[in-house]
Amino acid sequence: MKHHPYKTDLPVMLPFKPVETESFGSTIKLWYVVPILALILGTSAIAQSGSDIRLGALQTLMRWMPLLLQGFIFNVLISVMAMAIGTGLGAALGIGQLSLNRFVRSSSWLLTQFFRNAPWLVLLFFAMFLLPFEVNVFGIIIPLPDWVKATIGLALPVMANVSEIIRGAVLSLPSGQWEAAESLAYSRRQTLWLIILPQCLKRMLPPWMNLYAILTMATVLASIVGVSEVMTLTGEALAAEGGRPDLLAPFYAFVLLIFFVYCYPIARLTVRLERKFSVIN
Amino acid sequence: MEAFYEWFRILYEDTGINLPFMYDEYDRGRILNGLWATIKLSAICVLFSVIIGMVGAWLQGSPWKTTRRIVNVYIQLFRNTPPLVQLYFFYFAVGILIPRVENDWGGTSPLIDSFGWAVISLSFFAGAFNVEIFRSGIEAVPKSTIEAAKALGFSRLQIYKDITLPLALRVVIPSLNNNLVNLVKTTTLAYAIAVPELLYESNQIWSDNVNVTEMMLFLLVAYFVLVGILVWAMNFWDRSLKIPGFGQ
Amino acid sequence: MNWDETKPMVSIKDVYKSFGTLEVLKGVSLDVMKGEVICIIGPSGSGKSTLIRCINGLNDIQSGSILVEGQEVNDPELNKLELRKKVGMVFQQYNLFPHKTALENVMMAPIRVLKHDKEIAQKAAIKLLRKVGLEDKVNAYPGEMSGGQQQRVAIARSLAMNPDVILFDEVTAALDPETVNEVLLTIKKLAEDGMTCILVTHEMGFAREVADHIYFTDGGLIVEHGNPKKFFENAKDPRTKEFLSQIL
Ligand SMILES: Nc1ncnc2c1ncn2[C@@H]1O[C@H](COP(=O)(O)OP(=O)(O)OP(=O)(O)O)[C@@H](O)[C@H]1O
Ligand SMILES: [Mg+2]
Repeated sequence: MKHHPYKTDLPVMLPFKPVETESFGSTIKLWYVVPILALILGTSAIAQSGSDIRLGALQTLMRWMPLLLQGFIFNVLISVMAMAIGTGLGAALGIGQLSLNRFVRSSSWLLTQFFRNAPWLVLLFFAMFLLPFEVNVFGIIIPLPDWVKATIGLALPVMANVSEIIRGAVLSLPSGQWEAAESLAYSRRQTLWLIILPQCLKRMLPPWMNLYAILTMATVLASIVGVSEVMTLTGEALAAEGGRPDLLAPFYAFVLLIFFVYCYPIARLTVRLERKFSVIN
Repeated sequence: MEAFYEWFRILYEDTGINLPFMYDEYDRGRILNGLWATIKLSAICVLFSVIIGMVGAWLQGSPWKTTRRIVNVYIQLFRNTPPLVQLYFFYFAVGILIPRVENDWGGTSPLIDSFGWAVISLSFFAGAFNVEIFRSGIEAVPKSTIEAAKALGFSRLQIYKDITLPLALRVVIPSLNNNLVNLVKTTTLAYAIAVPELLYESNQIWSDNVNVTEMMLFLLVAYFVLVGILVWAMNFWDRSLKIPGFGQ
Repeated sequence: MNWDETKPMVSIKDVYKSFGTLEVLKGVSLDVMKGEVICIIGPSGSGKSTLIRCINGLNDIQSGSILVEGQEVNDPELNKLELRKKVGMVFQQYNLFPHKTALENVMMAPIRVLKHDKEIAQKAAIKLLRKVGLEDKVNAYPGEMSGGQQQRVAIARSLAMNPDVILFDEVTAALDPETVNEVLLTIKKLAEDGMTCILVTHEMGFAREVADHIYFTDGGLIVEHGNPKKFFENAKDPRTKEFLSQIL
């Protein structure tokens, strides 16, 4: 076989694949939890040697584990709800960004940019303080407890990011798709809903999943505004044990571990899908 | 200047829009302190996290499997756990292991204060992403260019420093930009360990003045501007790195 | 470097090299004396590039021996950096550093690798660029130069290390026909100045003109060699004959 020299007068760089979300995965394996586990066991073992009257750090952690896991389930619940709300609003905003109406388009864009560039924690405070504690919908009073407000606060940045994901995916489609649909006398609305968006769904899935993982990790922010999720419970558990310093490392490491076990598989799946879709395209 | 400040007092009296840090000297001091702390925290973390990214990407190219593994574990651990918990872990769990030193008032204080832990924690967090960003840039540098440097007798480190990294840098700036913007936003987490940064000081002000709405909007605008400055600086850097006749 | 003129400067003995299961070199031997110019020709895929890349350690070999000034290249303990100071190389794709000007490309290795003083290195580099006829391109970036100009910079870059022998791997293959001559002329001048050169080339006329000795490779073996006159006029091996008949 003859190999052809690549002919050019310009110095070249190879094609660059930007890292936006995950792009790493050929060597990733679940044994990465081992270091965290080692951390928990190691730190509790060290702590153990010093204290024989009290319950060992590991046993103490075991005792609190069911409660902490319950707390984590609450985090998952918040993340699922915030994702649902954020995706719904974000989809509307994203499609708004593609509108032919200039006013709709630019105000959607502005709203997206505004919420995308704000820190998650600030948006969380924003929702906590500015939402009323109850809303009156046609005479029915719906109370808004803190955790609902926190969920809405977390949904705001999700909304902005979903909006951007949609816009990015639609713009990345070759314009030939629009033209082909136009030549078939589809209306713009039909083109968008029947031709463009279905094709984009696949492209949007990996960044959307990545966003979900980020959101899940952001749910601990709710502890700062007093929602009883896993981080808050951890703090309470530590206080209930009388602030023993030997418990700090194992307890915090345990929280890290729960999130890792939950988020890491999502990250892996994201990488896999990304690979698969990039091969197809 | 006084007239300018006064204008905000009048604004408050006339409309109820209360921005006390504009007319009240004490609150102005707080907000400036907070702003300065946020800028300092952001700048130091940007610097450290970029260094971590460069060093980590270099270690990932190490001929030793163990080294590469350790870097990969680091990346995955910091990417897939909440940065807030990482911060707590550093501040509380690691913090108690750090020796205390005598301070100016005759007492003792921790060797690393909350600001220091925020720097460490956030730098490692953003650094994990930066390692991957730099690695992807390095992959875009043609092997033949590196071979040319090898043939000239450059050592592995020299090749990385003089050839691979400068070339990689030029393609990764947009990705790096994204991550650093996130980092600046993430500095608000330092609030949780009472670092007196912008969010923390704003919180103090709205507790005293009951002007949450105004402070919230101010915060959103402030971070918008900070992020804008960073993006502008990165674009400037990107343009200054352009090589004549190079790139697409 | 003063190398004993009676012994070959580069001595290759019975070299075997394979990539995985693909055997590329199957027992190659050749000697190069100081000041000699040898040309390696042969069909594509016959292992020419592989062979010369073994000489400066860009490729490892499975067995056999390569001595460069008496030093064994096939030695895991070998300091490759030292070897590469003595052996220059010019590539088909020029492989200049795109983010450095012509001058910087040439003076970088002397400064970094040989630790020369910057001013001295710069003077030497300008002199070399003049020698290859590019004094007006000193501050041009690779992207602003034609292929022929880039290749001449690459030759100057290699010369700046003051090597004892230079390897040329099809250095005109990527060039436009009009610019081939300017590069060949540069190499010819080098050869006349007494530089030891090992060239892989498809330019038969050039090989005939400058080479002291010509080697013909096919299927990982040297099937025929001799001085240009004997080689071109009296080729014995049918494979050589066929190749020459196709090319001439
Ligand atoms: N790094 C590598 N890994 C695997 N195979 C390789 C590698 N480098 C070269 N080869 C193979 O070794 C064989 C010889 O390659 P080589 O580049 O030495 O040929 P060549 O004589 O220089 O050819 P050309 O005239 O086309 O440059 C080819 O079949 C090639 O595909
Ligand atoms: Mg070749």
